[in-house]
Amino acid sequence: MEDFTLFVLVLDATLRVSTPLILAALAGLVSERSGVIDIGLEGKMLGAAFAAAAVAAITGSAWIALAAGIGVSVLLALIHGFACITHAGNHIVSGMAINIFVSGLTIVLGAKWFSQGGSTPQLPHEGRFMPLEWPGAEAVADVPVIGPLYSELLSGHNLIVYVAFLAVPFIYWMLFKTRFGLRLRAVGENPQAVDTAGISVFFLRYRAVIICGILCGIAGTYLSTAMGASFVRDMTAGKGYIALAAMIFGKWKPLPTMLACLLFGFLEAVAIRVQGAELPIVGQIPVQFIEALPYVLTVVLLAGFIGKAIPPKADGVPYIKEH
Amino acid sequence: MAGPMGTDIPRWANVVVLPIVNLIAAFLVSGLVVLIIGENPLEVVQILIWGAFGFEEAIGYTLFYATNFIFTGLAVSIAFHCMLFNIGGEGQAYIGGLGITLVGLHFGFLPPIVLIPLCVIGAALFGAAWAFIPAYLQAKRGSHIVITTIMFNFIASSVMVYLLVNVLIQPGSMQPESREFGEAAIPFVHEALAWLGVEFAESPWNLSFLWALVCCVLVWGYVWHTRWGYEMRTVGTSPTAAAYAGISETKSIIVTMCISGALAGFLGLNEIMGYHHRLLLHFSGGYGFVGIAVALMGRSHPVGVCLAAILFGALYQGGAELSFEIPTITRELVIVIQGLVIIFAGALEFMFKPQVEAVFRWFMPRRSAAAPAE
Repeated sequence: MEDFTLFVLVLDATLRVSTPLILAALAGLVSERSGVIDIGLEGKMLGAAFAAAAVAAITGSAWIALAAGIGVSVLLALIHGFACITHAGNHIVSGMAINIFVSGLTIVLGAKWFSQGGSTPQLPHEGRFMPLEWPGAEAVADVPVIGPLYSELLSGHNLIVYVAFLAVPFIYWMLFKTRFGLRLRAVGENPQAVDTAGISVFFLRYRAVIICGILCGIAGTYLSTAMGASFVRDMTAGKGYIALAAMIFGKWKPLPTMLACLLFGFLEAVAIRVQGAELPIVGQIPVQFIEALPYVLTVVLLAGFIGKAIPPKADGVPYIKEH
Repeated sequence: MAGPMGTDIPRWANVVVLPIVNLIAAFLVSGLVVLIIGENPLEVVQILIWGAFGFEEAIGYTLFYATNFIFTGLAVSIAFHCMLFNIGGEGQAYIGGLGITLVGLHFGFLPPIVLIPLCVIGAALFGAAWAFIPAYLQAKRGSHIVITTIMFNFIASSVMVYLLVNVLIQPGSMQPESREFGEAAIPFVHEALAWLGVEFAESPWNLSFLWALVCCVLVWGYVWHTRWGYEMRTVGTSPTAAAYAGISETKSIIVTMCISGALAGFLGLNEIMGYHHRLLLHFSGGYGFVGIAVALMGRSHPVGVCLAAILFGALYQGGAELSFEIPTITRELVIVIQGLVIIFAGALEFMFKPQVEAVFRWFMPRRSAAAPAE
């Protein structure tokens, strides 16, 4: 029974850790499906996390914070779009630049505005997304098996966690069941054909990077106002890249991407738990080994040893319209 | 590099004027950031320049940082010539430092004249090995090298944390650092100058700087004056043409990436052998990423890389001085400038091209009209 409770607690942590990964990985997925490589997920999340925490600290409203986070992230996405779509720039250079730019700017502005070495002050409850208790969670908590599953695992997360998991079917529906999604996927595979059909390649790609910005904005806001209670310098700590890895691991498909995020989130949750603990059979596992596992798995996948990861055909190829 | 290069303006304008225009744009936006935090950009520029070149110690520090950037900048540039984007400079540099440390710790009994070259080889081998795996996967299995090198940066970081905390740590120490291996130290420039009877202020600037310059010449020779360099550029420009000419793409990719990794690995010469004299956690401190900005600014040419490296060295040193003089500005302003330089010089490389061309066309007709008269 105790093992079961522990297991539920790890799964519970998995959901919380996976949330920003899922949002960011879906963001990257939409962008890359339209043909725009985005290694700037990290920077957009970081920018959003900072903007949200800064605004929440000043206004005390989580909702205004969310708007600010999304706003900043979309702005960064548009800069990326401007470079990659309008000016046919190198997608990787642009994404890299945004990551570096944001990692510096958040500290410069944060240090000036809050004088705490780049962090924001602790946020009040109103400025954060607090856990939502589901009806009856208290009452069933003591029921064996179902009790902990309901009250620990399902109930008691904040709004953004639920939004992230609902975003998966929504993005799936948008990409595969709507006309917009069909065109968006087409533009990532064969932009010439889309252009010939009289549909604007640029406009489609811009809409894709804006959606990418919105999702990263929510992910960033989650980090500083829901999972944490303030902004800390470099708080994304590579999550953008793990999300990118998860997207590749999920082969640019929403549901597998979510599962990859859950797997990587689970590894992170386990890494926190097993720190220094003796395990049966294997003994003590170095935390660094578990931390590196998502990256190692992604490399192994990319090497084609477990299935094949094939990106959209026009991914990263600028479209230059002939006149 | 990629992009519409076909042009009616002279080549030097493309190579010199455009990067300068891009740099100015990056600086102007940086100035805006300074304005936003309520300081005077002109004053900031003044302090930056004084802090980077104003006194002997400052110059020493500037060139110390520049040495790092020459190594990582060359590493990124040489890969660009093969159309490979090596984002893994950071990890390769980190692992290169491991190579130095292992040699330094195990062969410390050797005289420096033998030990130092061994360390250099150690750095090169370990850096190259860390680049080899992504290169092999790209060449043989088509795994996108950008993604694999990013992943390898993180793996390198985990490996090094593990090794430093569990294996290489000095017994009895709480700090995750290796023991000092002073025998493998590269002399400081102020020491070297003192032997010659010249006095120079103390700074971390050391003789790896000379090795960095030698590497520039070697890279220049390799890229433009050897068969392998020619093959590499052919593969970079047109893999199909290379295949028809019988050039092995696989070989070019792997060799280029190994050289690139070795160059990145040399970062440890400057940081570890030249300055800290022991292995530290995160000694590579983002210099691998700056290499991307340096390579883009320097247009992947060793001369350009040197100039760009000195520019970034000056920014790093001037930025440190700046945060002393104006406490409301933190050192990270330099990272902002760096990001902006990459945006303007890299991603928006050709944004100002029409304007630059327009300016040239304004002056050019007179020249071409005068030409037939000769």
